[in-house]
Amino acid sequence: MSLLALLLLAAQHQHHEMPAPAPACSPEHAAMGHCTTPVPAPPPPPACTAEHAAMGHCTLPETPPTPGAGNAAPPPAPRVGAADAIFGADAMAAARARLYAEHGGGTISQVMVDMAEARIGKGGDSYAWDAEARFGGDIDKLAIKSEGEGDFGGRLEGAEVQALWSHAVGPYFDVQAGVRQDFGPGPSPTHAVLGFEGLAPYWFDVEGALFLSDKGDVTARLAGSYDQRITQRLIVQPMTEVEAAFQDVAERGIGGGFSNIEFGVRLRYEIAREFAPYVGFAWERKLGKTARLARAAGDDISRPAFVAGIRFWF
Amino acid sequence: MVIGRRSLLAAGGAAALVPWLPAWAQPISSGLPTVVGSDIHLKIAHRMLTVDGKTSHAIGINGTIPGPLVRLKEGTEARIHVTNALPDEDSSIHWHGLILPFHMDGVPGISFPGIAPGATFTYEFPVKQSGTYWYHSHSGLQEQMGHYGPLVIDPAGTDPVAYDREHVIVLSDHSPLHPHVIFKKLKQMGGYFNHQKQTLAGLLAGKDQPLKDRMAWGAMRMDPTDISDVTGAAYTYLVNGLGPDDNWTGLFRPGERVRLRIINASAMTTFNVRIRGLKMEVVQADGLNVRPVEVGEFQIAVAETYDVVVTPGDGAYSLIAESSDRSGMARATLAPRAGMTAPVPPLRRRPLATMQDMGMGGMDHGAMDHGGETMKHSMRDMSLAPAVKDTPTVQSISPMPVDRTGDPGQGLDGEPGVLTYRDLVALDRNPDTRTPSRQLQIHLTGNMERYMWAFDGVKMNEVKAPIPFTEGERVRVTLVNDTMMTHPIHLHGHFFELVTGKGDHAPRKHTVNVQPGGKVTFDLTADAPGDWAFHCHLLYHMHAGMMQVVTVRPAGEAA
Repeated sequence: MSLLALLLLAAQHQHHEMPAPAPACSPEHAAMGHCTTPVPAPPPPPACTAEHAAMGHCTLPETPPTPGAGNAAPPPAPRVGAADAIFGADAMAAARARLYAEHGGGTISQVMVDMAEARIGKGGDSYAWDAEARFGGDIDKLAIKSEGEGDFGGRLEGAEVQALWSHAVGPYFDVQAGVRQDFGPGPSPTHAVLGFEGLAPYWFDVEGALFLSDKGDVTARLAGSYDQRITQRLIVQPMTEVEAAFQDVAERGIGGGFSNIEFGVRLRYEIAREFAPYVGFAWERKLGKTARLARAAGDDISRPAFVAGIRFWF
Repeated sequence: MVIGRRSLLAAGGAAALVPWLPAWAQPISSGLPTVVGSDIHLKIAHRMLTVDGKTSHAIGINGTIPGPLVRLKEGTEARIHVTNALPDEDSSIHWHGLILPFHMDGVPGISFPGIAPGATFTYEFPVKQSGTYWYHSHSGLQEQMGHYGPLVIDPAGTDPVAYDREHVIVLSDHSPLHPHVIFKKLKQMGGYFNHQKQTLAGLLAGKDQPLKDRMAWGAMRMDPTDISDVTGAAYTYLVNGLGPDDNWTGLFRPGERVRLRIINASAMTTFNVRIRGLKMEVVQADGLNVRPVEVGEFQIAVAETYDVVVTPGDGAYSLIAESSDRSGMARATLAPRAGMTAPVPPLRRRPLATMQDMGMGGMDHGAMDHGGETMKHSMRDMSLAPAVKDTPTVQSISPMPVDRTGDPGQGLDGEPGVLTYRDLVALDRNPDTRTPSRQLQIHLTGNMERYMWAFDGVKMNEVKAPIPFTEGERVRVTLVNDTMMTHPIHLHGHFFELVTGKGDHAPRKHTVNVQPGGKVTFDLTADAPGDWAFHCHLLYHMHAGMMQVVTVRPAGEAA
């Protein structure tokens, strides 16, 4: 439940970005000069300070302030097409369409492999990845996310791919909806996904999602990370991720409540912005009922590991 | 892309390179041979450009970067034949700052259809003005690749500026990266080219902001080191197509009055210009004469021009144009004899954006500390700008924007004798001194995280209607900068009078730099019927959407 609260909190943050209902001009605001009408007043003529005079800036006669402008209404906006009369509407149409589309309407792709690493720790060495690709415009994009883990021996422990429609809802946040497909040795359900991703105050990268599996199970995930620049190229990135389930998911060994938490610290060196090897430490721990289920099955509930990998994007 | 035989020849070596430069742009300047006459021919084509010994792909005009100096005479008819020899893309030339019929203005999709590969378009217009201007592509991102050049119009009568010799100084920024790559990187990571961010090491060493300020700025997701989007990490800064090591040199005789026609033809770089050991007398801004004002340094925004007169003694002088984020510099030498150099000062410490740059200008005067109070201000109170559409393009709304025309520009506070817009006074009386009949406010909005830029929160591709003017009407326009970056805003086909209290001698400009979190007011007489481009002259801001069409129609004409 408290996870839901967290998600709500994040959503509220979004709400902060929305415009407040136009406030009346409180005396406090007025005192701060916030209540001037949008009509600009002409600036006062520059005063000739002694400092200015010394620089020889004041030799010119003082001119009176420019008188205020009127408040006539603007004309109606016509169609853009003056050149049609000269070059022909057909010749102009394509160029005009391109002009509008080109300035602000472009699409961009990015593939970010945030984590591609070896994990050396208790219970054998493993590999893990976490990647996201984005394709599209400023407001609407396709986001493909993938993460997973496996043993170097060859056994895939678990992996997932998400395909999401990502829609900008403010300057910093996207809402995301789509599907997630799990892969692994055990049951591999398909989920519907509803989540968000963005940049929180203090430059925290955060993302969260609710997952509804084809079996009707609801789980959730919330993650955050922060890039602390030590030098222009050396960056330490602490991260955390917490998972929860709204009911037991027995076949996947998940109990209701908080099920899993992960902390990591990765120190990366940006040889280029796009290519940064890193070393670090990651610690995963199962929680609550999920931990009890793991213990009963003879599995570790806590997995600390040293990690080494590469972050790259293009 | 096809690389022509001529380009390959040009890349053959430094010795082979020099003949390809116009004489005035050769390392040792030898006066101003130009493209003149009743029929001028310009050809746009791919070529290679070698800067400081490194060669990269570029677009040149008549085989040079910058293109040749187009020299016109006031009162004549210009006829300029422009051939697009690019194999697979349209091109265009826009005559920046020129007063001409709108269909000769050279903006594809607004003025004309553009120039198809292999085609020639003839620009014909009466030359109605004089001064220092320039020209550049308005197609795609070609301007970044070298498609620009200087344009000088000699006055019909006597030039009020007395000088013995002149040099054209075209400042620009060149990158081996293709402009589409630069734009993509900016979209993927707004701070991609910024290698001067604040660090933990800096904090421990007591540099930059103290922790308290870093926290406050972090809370607002604002980066005070975000001065330039594209920096010296990607650019070499050029004078007349030559890098700092190439060292373009302009010659003079000691004691001469030397006129420097300085043009910022950069795609993205605001320069701070100074000449070590020389005072500069500013005599012209944006092609129009101003009352001479002596300065030690000035900031020149993208697309602006300033003419200055210097009187050097018997020695060499370094002309230094630092990028405003101080990630690099353009450098040239003025000398009485070839081969002389002068010391080149190191880059000064990079500036940090201030509270004023965040649009909290009103608080700087004494009120600075109710500091905690200041920080509580919403950086995105949309009620402060009701005309701005609430879109993801709008990262912030300046809470208290102030007129910053009296400020010298980012990083120049406290430097001695720096020009500000308030120092400019037109030499001639303004042609139209009517009081504006109406007012218009336009907000400059942006989002550095998504790299989106727009007017009033609406990108060009989302715009539904142009900004309309009635022919002959006089309008007071205020530009409010709701972002933390400077925006050099350019209106095609018109000059406007900056409202800085200079009465009927207001300085007239075609491009005005609106400082971060500040505002600028100008009076515009909409006297040129047609459709005109209106945009931020930072190339990638324009490309991201910070552009609009301005229409000027006779009164009563049906929309």
